[in-house]
Order: sequence, then structure tokens, then C-alpha cells
Amino acid sequence: MLELYDGALDVPTILERWYAEEATSNYGAYIPFVGTVRAEDEIDGLSFDIYEPILNSWFNVWQTKAKEAGAVVKMAHSRGDVLLHESSYIAAVFSPKRRVALELIDTFVEDFKASAPIWKYDLRDGARIYAEDRSTPIKGSGLLKGDS
Amino acid sequence: MVRVEFLGPIQKEPLEMQATSLHEVSDTLSKDEEMKRWLESCAVAVNDTLVASLDTPLKSGDKVSLLPPVCGG
Repeated sequence: MLELYDGALDVPTILERWYAEEATSNYGAYIPFVGTVRAEDEIDGLSFDIYEPILNSWFNVWQTKAKEAGAVVKMAHSRGDVLLHESSYIAAVFSPKRRVALELIDTFVEDFKASAPIWKYDLRDGARIYAEDRSTPIKGSGLLKGDS
Repeated sequence: MVRVEFLGPIQKEPLEMQATSLHEVSDTLSKDEEMKRWLESCAVAVNDTLVASLDTPLKSGDKVSLLPPVCGG
């Protein structure tokens, strides 16, 4: 399940709903990861662009991987502006036992940071500035720099 | 004609161009000074699937997307 929202996430509502959705699914572990915007470098908040077609196919691959491990992965992310101390990202894994969920949340979030087509901007003095120095080229980048 | 789209922070309008492979897209974009730095760091998708070879064939109506470095979360 992949959910995209305009603006900040309503974290308690989403976590509670996900919990309810799987309450009788016989999973022994529910491990959520919540990403919250911190006050640093005098930013007013963050802002996000998302390219949904590739995000959806990336997430579908992870759903399949999770299913093969007997688990379920859920994710919510913000589009647009998210202010200080608000949350822009939730990932969660449900699995029968804790070890699968602990390992899956780690590998899922790390691959999310490296591969999900989402772009982050700092909000500063009314401007929206690409967070280039904190961004990661997707695997295979540089293809078009070419052979000429 | 193929359509080339620039995602995220690349401030550039989509382009329509004649191309039968990504080699030609690379050649065309390499002539654009403002695009050179992005070509170093962008991943490429054809019809929303990431590709790994300049030999990827293109046909009329295909969509080529440039994806700059990402940072979700």
C-alpha cells in the first residue's frame, strides 16, 4: 500500500489505520519508521516533488519482495510543503516474526533513499531550493553523458 | 518523434526530437550547455522504465525521462 498526500502526514491517524488493517492478519511484528522535518540550517521546512509512475513500479517490486518473506510493507509520503516538526514519510513493515520486519524496514528505507523518484527542496526565506548536496544519483545515472 | 521530459529540479520544458536510440538523445542534449551537468547525474527511463544502455531503441511516441539525484523522506 502506497499513499501520497498533499502536505504533512497525519501520523497518528495513518499508523492507527494501518494497525487496524492488519489487526487480525496474524502478524507478530509491526515496525513503523516515521521521518520528521528537523529545524536545522535555518530552513523553514522541506518540499517534495514525486514522479508517481516510477515510484509505483519501485514500490510494487518491494511489495513482491515483502510478500515472498511473508510480510507486508506500507508507505506514505508527502507532496509539496512540509514544515518544521511535521512528518513527510512513514514506512512500515508487518511480518509474522520480528527479525524479518527489522531487516526489511532497514533495507526498504535504505533503498527508498537511494532509488525512489522523489526530490527534496529546502524552504528558506520564501524560496524552494533543491537539496542537491543531500541527494543520491539513482543507480545507472550518467548514461546520457554519452560516448561522444 | 520522441518526447524528452526533465523531472524534479531540472527547470526545462519537455523537448520533442527525432531519435531511434538514446545515443541520439545523448548527442542532442550534450550540445545544450545548461544540460551538461545534469547528464552526469541523471538516470534515464524510457516509457517509465529505468534503462541501462544507450542502445535502448526508441520509436515514435516514446517518452524519455531524465531523473536527477533523489532524496525522499
